[in-house]
Formats: sequence, structure tokens, C-alpha cells
Amino acid sequence: MIDIDIEQQLGAFHLAVKFSAEAPIVGLFGRSGSGKTSVINAIAGISRPTRGLIRINDAVLFDSAQRIDLPPEVRRIGFVFQDALLFPHMDVESNLLYGQRLRSPDDRFIEEARVVDLLGLGALLRRKPKALSGGEKQRVAIGRALLAQPRILLMDEPLAALDIPRKTEILDYIERLRDELNIPIVYVSHSVTEITRLADTVVVLSDGKCLAVGDVDEVMGRLDLKPATGRYEAGAVLDTRVKAHDAEDQLTTLAFDGGELIVPHLDAAIGERVRARIRARDVSLSIRRPTEISILNVLPVNVAAIDDETGPIVDLQLAVGGSTLVARITRRSFQQLGIRNGQELYALIKAVSFDQRSVGYA
Amino acid sequence: MLGLSPDEVGILALSLRVAVVSVVCSLPLAILVAYGLARFSFPGKTLVDAIVHLPLVLPPVVVGFALLVLLGRRGPIGSLLDEWFGIVFAFRWTGAALASALMGFPLMVRAIRLSLESIDQRLEVAARTLGGSRLWVFASITLPLAVPGIITGTLLSFARGLGEFGATITFVSNIPGETQTLPLAIYTFTQVPGGDAQALRLSIIAVVLSIIALATSEWLTRRSSQSQGDDRH
Repeated sequence: MIDIDIEQQLGAFHLAVKFSAEAPIVGLFGRSGSGKTSVINAIAGISRPTRGLIRINDAVLFDSAQRIDLPPEVRRIGFVFQDALLFPHMDVESNLLYGQRLRSPDDRFIEEARVVDLLGLGALLRRKPKALSGGEKQRVAIGRALLAQPRILLMDEPLAALDIPRKTEILDYIERLRDELNIPIVYVSHSVTEITRLADTVVVLSDGKCLAVGDVDEVMGRLDLKPATGRYEAGAVLDTRVKAHDAEDQLTTLAFDGGELIVPHLDAAIGERVRARIRARDVSLSIRRPTEISILNVLPVNVAAIDDETGPIVDLQLAVGGSTLVARITRRSFQQLGIRNGQELYALIKAVSFDQRSVGYA
Repeated sequence: MLGLSPDEVGILALSLRVAVVSVVCSLPLAILVAYGLARFSFPGKTLVDAIVHLPLVLPPVVVGFALLVLLGRRGPIGSLLDEWFGIVFAFRWTGAALASALMGFPLMVRAIRLSLESIDQRLEVAARTLGGSRLWVFASITLPLAVPGIITGTLLSFARGLGEFGATITFVSNIPGETQTLPLAIYTFTQVPGGDAQALRLSIIAVVLSIIALATSEWLTRRSSQSQGDDRH
């Protein structure tokens, strides 16, 4: 359980953030300058809020009312920085053990061997940080933070400095940590893709304030958060389970509350939970159920909300059973179809618009 | 020894003792001052910086004279030190070491400060979040990463100490066996008829000493950068 209620003045920027979240992975989402990094710096004790309370589970790390302000070294916060920040004068193993050596044996719950195995670091132990690739550095940094036996892991844009193949690799490792170790993670990112793939609960920050807190599929489909989540990336997240694989056509069917989705083959077992992200611009609309078209996914939907700003684009929130989709169409189509609130429509989603990056395992 | 006369060995030994003691004693203070100047802003920082650099710009004789006035047996500080601790600098080899330390201090502080300023301070933040106290982080991260600067600063100060002349002769005079270091001895020989050959021999010793010091520091720097995974060498 994470309880945050802090205020801080940073030059002209005023941070006033309050939220509580409990989840294996809490996503702290917002554009650059929204206050994400300020919040986790405050949690880690790197910066001091002017006022407020920071509590992780039962441990009060900061409380201005009681004049509690633990120094960073006793907070037991595992911090993974954007650029790894490995100690250049130590080899990988010394880096890994730096924090572990400073914790009393009573506080230890993760062993070195476990971390080395989990993050695939066995072949790197004797190397110096300079001889590591970006992805390897980040894995060592994660291992080092874990071995400091933290109550919670804070990750500040850990993929920002990596290329796409490395990003995918680290994402896989982070999912392994979530599944195998019982450590809550606060994952900071401005990337919708990363947040929707990893986070269970999302905290949306904008301009130093907390705009929304909630389950990722609920928050990411909200039209009113568009200015904070970014126009281009607008979309929705569906919580699905693998229903069937079609070996011949190499397609996978996902079932969710509201229907089924056909996507390119996924490497997941039947019944496994999968989070599918559908971008608003990949969803088309039709008044009648179309026939003789290439699009495999045709879902009956109800218009739940219309974001009718001026400009060429209209975003529609669509209810599909108990789930939500977002569709982005032109104002011209919107007017030609005469779409109104509550109307029944068909949403068309191309199966090929899904890729590995838009589907995550939960 | 090595074809040196007992007198020459004595001069060499005294010079080395003066230089080594001055470096060893001033190093901790230099690291502290460099750290303070590199990491903190405090009122009077510019003044501290100026005072540290003063020996670099003042004529050495002036520094020596100031030492004589302040730390001489009847000087305000010198008399107290003598009275309370029995420490006397005036006309002793310890005074020569003090003069050397003072003259080399700005060089030492500058080199260490540069090295400290080039360290990514977020490494120290990372070490704090991993459980390191301020002091432990300084010892395990900051200091090892500043080693190249510490080596350079030590060498510069050591070389300055070996060559120190003006402040030494003004403060502790030119007493054979007590304060007569290499440069003072060379100067003395040039002042007596027929002393040129002796002056030349001592000058060659000074050159050899400097080359050894330079080579040692080069070797140490290379080793420390190798241990940081730097393969540019």
C-alpha cells in the first residue's frame, strides 16, 4: 500500500500530489514536467517535500506533522534510475552486493543467487560497467536495487535510454520480477505502451497534480484524460483471457467481457490473462454490420461518451459489454453518420493492428 | 650509496622527508577543502577559495616571511604552539615541511577539486538509496572515483615541495642537516668558488627524482583508470 500526500515548491513549479494505490505494479504516468520524477524523488528521500506524508505499507517515511524525515539510506527504497548509474570502479558483482552488504542479515529476503538467475547476470559478474550494453547495465541496476532488500522498487523511466529490442527484453524481466518476487513496483513512464503493458493501477499526473487513479483499463479509456495521456497515443486497454489458438492461420482468440478479439498468434497458454491495448485510431465505426470485408474483429458497441471538441477529430468512448473502447474518427464521418450518445454501432478493429508491444501478459 | 657522498645522501634524505611529510600531512586537509569547495555553497566560499590560492600568486618569500612573523618563536601563533604543545617550526625541518605543504596546497586542492567535480553526483544519490550513509558513500564511491585527481594533486604538491626555495629559506633559513634541502644546497654551492661541480651533481639528483615521481604518478593513474574499466590507455 502506497500513501502519498505531498506538496513541494520547485522554483515556479508547484507539486501537490495525493493518492493511495495498492497493486503489484503502480504506473506513475504523465508527460515530462508533470511531476513524476519529483514524486518518486520524494518517496526515495532524494528531495524533501515542504509538507505532507509518505507511507509505504506501515512504514512512515516522511511526515511533516510529526517531523519525520528518514534519510534515504534507511528508507529501504530500491531506486532504478533512467541511466543505470552503476559504480564505474566496481565490477558487476560488487555493484550488485553494494546494498546487500549494508543491510543487516535479518532484513534480507532476496539472495544474490536468486537475483543473478532471475535477471540472467551469471556471465556478467566479473565485468566492469563500461563493458556492458545498455540493456545489461539496466539489468544489473535492477539487481543491485533488489539486493538492497527494498520494501518497494521505484523505476524512473528505466527504458528511456534503450533501443526497442532492449526495451522488450527489460519489460520481460520486469514481468518476471512481478511474477516471482513479492515486491511492489512503482513504474514511472511517459509511455502509454509501457504503462498499459505493466501497470495494474495507474496514477495520472499533470502539472504537478494527480488527475486520476484507478485500474489501467478504466483510466486509459477515459476521454477526459486525453490532454495528459497524449493525443496520438489515446486508446483503451482490454483485460482478456486467451480462449483459443488457430495453429493453421497463426491467430489467437482473446475473450473479454463484451466479446472476442482475434489477434496475431500470441505465445501464451489457454486461459492466461492478457492485456490488449487498442489505439483509438485503429478503431473504425459502421452503422450496420459490414460483410465481405477483411477486418476480422467486428464488435457491437454503444456510444457512451462523445469528446466533441472543435477540430477535425472526434473521439468516442464505446461500451462493449462491461469493457470500454475508444474510437477516433473525423468530424466529417461523425456528422455524416449522425452519431449520438447511446447509439448502437459496430466497431471494426483490424487484427493486424495488434503487435507484441500492444499486448502484455498480466 | 649509488656513488653519492654521505653529505649528498643526507641532503637527499632530508629533502625527501620534508616533501613526503608535507604531502602526507596536507593531503587529508586538501581533500576536505576540495570537497567543501566542490560540493557546498556557503557564505565566504569565495574568500576561502582565494586564501587557498594565495600561495600560488604571492611571491614565495612573502609566504615565508608571513610564516616567520606568525609562527616564529615569538610570533603570535608560534609562541602559543611552543608553550602549549612544545611544537616549534622556526629553523627546524618541520618548518621546511610546513612551508612546502603551504606552497603545494593550492595545486593539490585544485587537482582534487577538478576530479570531484567531474564525478556524477547521482552516483552518490544511488549509493544513498542502496543504504549507504553520507560518510560511507564518501569513502566507498566519492573518494575512489577521485583517485586520479588525488594522485595528480599529490604529485604536483610533492614536486613543488622538492623544489621549494623562497618560503623555506625565509622561514627556516639554510641550516645544513636541518633545513638545507636540495634547492637550498644547490644555491649554496653556486655561491662558493669551485662549487659548480657539486651544484651540478645535486641538480642531476633533483632531475632524476622528478622523473621518478612523474613516472610513479603516471603508473598509478594508469592503474586506477584501468580499475575503472577505462580502456583508453
